[in-house]
Amino acid sequence: MANATNPEPTRRDFLYIATGAAVTVGAAFAVWPFIDQMNPSSAVLAMASIEVDLTAIQPGQQVIFKWRGHPLFVRRRTPKEIAAARAVPVSALVDGLARNANLKDAAPASDENRVIKPEWLVLVGVCTHLGCIPTVSTPQSPQGSFGGWLCHCHGSDYDTAGRIRKGPAPQNLAVPPYAFTAPTKIKIG
Amino acid sequence: MAGHSSYVPGTGLTRWLDQRLPIIRLVNDSFVAFPTPRNLNFWYTFGGVLAFMLGIQIVTGIVLAMHYVPNSELAFLSVEQRIMREVNYGWLLRYLHANGASMFFIAVYIHMFRGLYYGSYKAPREVLWILGVFIYLLMVMTAFFGYVLPWGQMSFWGATVITSLFSAVDQLVPHLGTSITTWLWGGFAVDDATLNRFFSLHYLMPFVIAGVVGLHIWALHVPGNNNPLGIDVKGPQDMVPFHPYYTVKDGFFLVLFIIVYLAFVFYAPNFFGNPDNYIQANPMVTPTDIVPEWYLLPFYAMLRSVPQKLLGVLVMGGALVSLLFLPWLDTSKVRSCRFRPLMKQLFWLFAFDCVLLGYCGSQTADAVWNIAGVELPLVWIARLGTLFYFAFFWVLMPWIGKIEVTRPLPESIAQSVLSKGDGL
Repeated sequence: MANATNPEPTRRDFLYIATGAAVTVGAAFAVWPFIDQMNPSSAVLAMASIEVDLTAIQPGQQVIFKWRGHPLFVRRRTPKEIAAARAVPVSALVDGLARNANLKDAAPASDENRVIKPEWLVLVGVCTHLGCIPTVSTPQSPQGSFGGWLCHCHGSDYDTAGRIRKGPAPQNLAVPPYAFTAPTKIKIG
Repeated sequence: MAGHSSYVPGTGLTRWLDQRLPIIRLVNDSFVAFPTPRNLNFWYTFGGVLAFMLGIQIVTGIVLAMHYVPNSELAFLSVEQRIMREVNYGWLLRYLHANGASMFFIAVYIHMFRGLYYGSYKAPREVLWILGVFIYLLMVMTAFFGYVLPWGQMSFWGATVITSLFSAVDQLVPHLGTSITTWLWGGFAVDDATLNRFFSLHYLMPFVIAGVVGLHIWALHVPGNNNPLGIDVKGPQDMVPFHPYYTVKDGFFLVLFIIVYLAFVFYAPNFFGNPDNYIQANPMVTPTDIVPEWYLLPFYAMLRSVPQKLLGVLVMGGALVSLLFLPWLDTSKVRSCRFRPLMKQLFWLFAFDCVLLGYCGSQTADAVWNIAGVELPLVWIARLGTLFYFAFFWVLMPWIGKIEVTRPLPESIAQSVLSKGDGL
């Protein structure tokens, strides 16, 4: 060992540091498989995309599909609902970001950025607070104050573009990655 | 462990073993001859009850695991049909295990409040208290994992809500929280992978608890028991050996406790349960009102009382973490509330506050109290309750310890016990 009488490092110092370094790096590599095994397996990832036919959905109606284990909301909005969503300035929103997987992260939450075609609103039906499924608001059974969705678990209130307006949820309902494969057909994921 | 050993091996065989593995000596010194304050009351019997309940949960759990199937398609049926109807005495084992969890928490809450009342967390027992808080946290995790296994609606949505707490990290580092929840779930939602890992961890954790309980008892046996007077033992006249004095006292109250436990098992087995958990998990339908098991309701009320997600999660976590700092937040020189008139009142206010928060947590998010025509939203009661909970630990306790005029302490345990009765 290097000490007062012999300031030069010894062979033992070298071996000590080299062994310690190898153990530290080795341990870090050994831990990774044990952590990564908990991430989604290939079988889960393989089922991550679905195709949906929209023909049967009526204006004002919402149909729920299952995608990646979550409900997927497909809502055919009425002109009134679209107008209501477009009348809100982005500055008045709780979450100013579009949360649209088809756009850049920084895209603002204007109604235009929440849809591909204004009539069709496609959302992951999972409340961004703690993961409950919000209830859709219809003229026959209104929910919340903004005509979109209300989450009954902790009272998060969404508008007709699925944007959070009131309550504990921090983000707008997520827009999944999707594309129109035909005029009334979409592929999600 | 404290003091010197009084064990004398009686036979050649035990003498031979004692020189090689002094295990009989350890048991004798820890649970037979162990010197214990002579004035421990009823409230001190719950440590034994807790050890018993841990044993019951492990034994019933191991046999239930022989019949349970941790698969999202089969889990619900394996509990409700196979175990409840087909397996011999399966219904008994399942109800013993499910109600055992509730009884375990009843006992642990009494045990914790007893420690709070008699100042058992104060020097030199800080590490003992902190180990106890760790045991409690491990119990909460174990109970959470276990509640998911029957795969009913509350299982599924409880798991969803609690694991989603981690997504609050998104507000600090974008996407990190979502990555954590995906990692915890092993998918994009609570599903088969989640159920399997929860089963694995639910089986593991009781043994981790047993390990920490070992440390807890070790840390207890270094300074020895606190007692209702909260004064140190001065000599042998203040103490009695653990056996037979406390084996019989603990045993007697344990039998009473078991009678209450079995009364629930046989006559009200679903008293602590939620009817929604008899509906199989459905990821497409959220129950109208998600409530956790009763023992977590106060923390759930705190979470809901904060209208901001990350802050709500931090408040709930902070409520648990505050317990760890208790030994240093209490500034009083006197341990027992018997001699602390202000702390005694504060203690009962705190106990009431916990019950009140629990009540708030059991009601719907938009519940309103109508008191003499005045509408009082319950969320505001929960907010006040949360505020008091934190004020109790971080403001009132440090402050009261400094200004309180305590009553005179007795000379010794023996003098106090022999001169008068033994009230609370």
